[in-house]
Amino acid sequence: MLTDKRLVLAHFWLAFAVFGLALLLGEWQMFVRSPLNPWPPNSELYYRSVTAHGSAMAYVFPTLIAMGFGYAITEIALQRPLIGRRWAWAGFALVAVGAVTAMLPVSLGRATVLYTFYPPMVGSPFFYIGVVLVVVGSWIWVALMAINMASWKRANPGKPVPLAMFANVAGACLWGWTAVGAAVEVIVLILPVALGLRSTIDAGLSRILFSWTLHAIVYFWLMPTYIAYYTIFPRAIGGRLYSDAMGRIAFILFVVVSMPIGVHHLFADPQVGAGFKFLQSVFTAMVALPTLLTVFTICASAEIAGRLRGGKGPFGWIAALPWHNPMMLAVAFSFVMLGFGGAGGLINMSYQLDASIHNTQWITGHFHLIFAGAIVIMYFAIAYDLWPHLTGRRLDDGRLMKVQLWLWFVGMIVTTFPWHYVGILGMPRRMASYDYANAAIAPQALSVSLSAFGGLMLVVSGCLFVAVLIRGHCAARIDPGAYRFSEAAHPPARVPAALNGFGLWVALMVGLSVVNYGYPIAQAIALEGTAVPAVHVGSGR
Amino acid sequence: MSSERLFSWRNPWFVAGVGAPAVLVVASLIVGFAVLPYSEPNARFSGIWDAICSAAGVPRTPQQTQGAPVAPGVATSKVVLPAESLASADSRAVGRGATLAMQCAICHGSNRQGQVDTPNLEGQPAVSVYKELRDFKSGARTNAVMSPFAVKLDEQDMVDLASYYSYMPRQPGTQADAAVAAPAIVTRGAAMRNIPACSSCHGPVEFKAGSPWLEGQSALYLKAQLEAFASGARHNDIGEQMRNIARRMTTAEMAEAGAYYASRP
Repeated sequence: MLTDKRLVLAHFWLAFAVFGLALLLGEWQMFVRSPLNPWPPNSELYYRSVTAHGSAMAYVFPTLIAMGFGYAITEIALQRPLIGRRWAWAGFALVAVGAVTAMLPVSLGRATVLYTFYPPMVGSPFFYIGVVLVVVGSWIWVALMAINMASWKRANPGKPVPLAMFANVAGACLWGWTAVGAAVEVIVLILPVALGLRSTIDAGLSRILFSWTLHAIVYFWLMPTYIAYYTIFPRAIGGRLYSDAMGRIAFILFVVVSMPIGVHHLFADPQVGAGFKFLQSVFTAMVALPTLLTVFTICASAEIAGRLRGGKGPFGWIAALPWHNPMMLAVAFSFVMLGFGGAGGLINMSYQLDASIHNTQWITGHFHLIFAGAIVIMYFAIAYDLWPHLTGRRLDDGRLMKVQLWLWFVGMIVTTFPWHYVGILGMPRRMASYDYANAAIAPQALSVSLSAFGGLMLVVSGCLFVAVLIRGHCAARIDPGAYRFSEAAHPPARVPAALNGFGLWVALMVGLSVVNYGYPIAQAIALEGTAVPAVHVGSGR
Repeated sequence: MSSERLFSWRNPWFVAGVGAPAVLVVASLIVGFAVLPYSEPNARFSGIWDAICSAAGVPRTPQQTQGAPVAPGVATSKVVLPAESLASADSRAVGRGATLAMQCAICHGSNRQGQVDTPNLEGQPAVSVYKELRDFKSGARTNAVMSPFAVKLDEQDMVDLASYYSYMPRQPGTQADAAVAAPAIVTRGAAMRNIPACSSCHGPVEFKAGSPWLEGQSALYLKAQLEAFASGARHNDIGEQMRNIARRMTTAEMAEAGAYYASRP
């Protein structure tokens, strides 16, 4: 039962509006620094655009998707109205106001610090206040998800929490804890400088705190995608989920091991000891576990569907899958991109191999392939699947949806593969322009041009996506029936307490964070003389 | 199910959930804090605690690792230039500077006669003039003609001279030629050789504190300074940035950069 459709629609539309604007900025950046653009760009404008693109895509877009999808899951999976509707709207308002507050100074060139903040650069306080408002808005969602699950469990003692809700709360727990790092960095270290109360900043400590957030935030972005794999995909292709318990274990593993690993973003930083870098490198390798479990479970679920549809033999079930179904296509594309992105990620997380691709375009290619590719393509699929239930109107423009998904997939491959390649050639990331006339850089010109062309395909795909959704609002009214999540091949009648709640796992998440981060943070706080003069951006020019 | 105790060593989920990460942490700590530090080819630890502290990132002073700091063989610049240095000179300082500058004018004025091996100082930022005078006086920069002049100057003289020259309007160069295009080394530098663009510190893109403006200066003088930086004969650049840049420039690039700046009005 989806009673509060407006709440979910508001989150989704704001998310996709922000996404559309940031997508255009991204393509502009790709174009101006490619050899297709004869004039080097104004680097100030370029970095303004990078800041806006990154902040919108990292903080606002996925947060709104996770929130909107989370509210929908709560009502559908628990089959009762959301507790705290007014709070949910307040959270939405905070995110919306925060997004505008942050983007205004960025547009004015007062906060060209990139979404990763990069102290000792310090921009307008409004940028940071806006980001904090977005995070506080999302924390309301975190609390509501936990409250709704706890309330349902009290009303249904002994019953297993539906997998979709269980996974949703896993995402909420993860975000609630991982956002603490950046929040502390902004509130304790950066804002006092931005407001003029202090003139120096400990850049090393800031970077450690940001790394606390920086990696697990990716798994927060990933949660809606994995929830769709487990709880929408098997139903959408006419099959069943291979294992409900495997899903729970995968989400629990994400909660436990996504957090104590962020220092792999600091392999080249001097303020963290080599021992802690190694420790977190080992834990980063562990994050492959839930993904491998998921790939296995979802492929097995697809096999169930293929065999139910008459597929025979070791591979015949693959041909029997409903390839005309947008959800089928989206998951297949998502898996391919996840596979390549994951393989690249293994190189990034390796303490030794990272040195060869550190701060090159390889990294940009990697996180676009994972986030903008594997994750965002599932956001599209989630929207397509939910839309008739949100609007009460039909959404059956299957061809347009398939063209859109194909374009996104091919566009993302064309964008990111050349990025990986030029990264191996040594092309640094975050550069406004390159001198392609230089003999050493000239061989990269073709790859960078290809990337810009791939970006154009993504823009076209993004426009098609918005067009499909808008047409969905104008189509004929239908009764879409009750929304259903996938059923497991063996629906659980009861599950162990460990797989029905997060007490133990949140305790473990916090404990491992303390073990892996405690000393580096304490040392950075205790060391004298580590603060450096802040570099104010956009002032006095 | 509600009777099942989760936080208990009898619960297999609790044992596996806590045990597996604990084993992983302990194994990683042993490898990361003891095995790997000792496997470094140049590891010189006084004991296991020393190795653990090193892996944990406890800062070590240079004396612990490398012995006493090495003193440079030549005098280096000791001038500290905050961005706001000498920002507001009073008119009396300019007046005193004008008197003192009478002994400089034959080589450094805009009406200097045939002096292509000296810079024109009129309109230079005060901090640039002040820093060079200090360096000539301390011996960080040496020149057979200039050093004897600078040795006689006291602190107030140098501030006054800097104030005077920055107060004077910049005069047009004598080799102006609008047809000379900006070479790549000036506009973009050479990223692959770690050379930033000249224009990113010396104008026109950006002026950095302590950097003199170069437009209208003599091509010969600019080229000679680049060569002196490259050879190490001139070594008063704080942080060695100009020496690093000049060492990586080709002779042709030095000549191009000099000719371009000389051609500016």
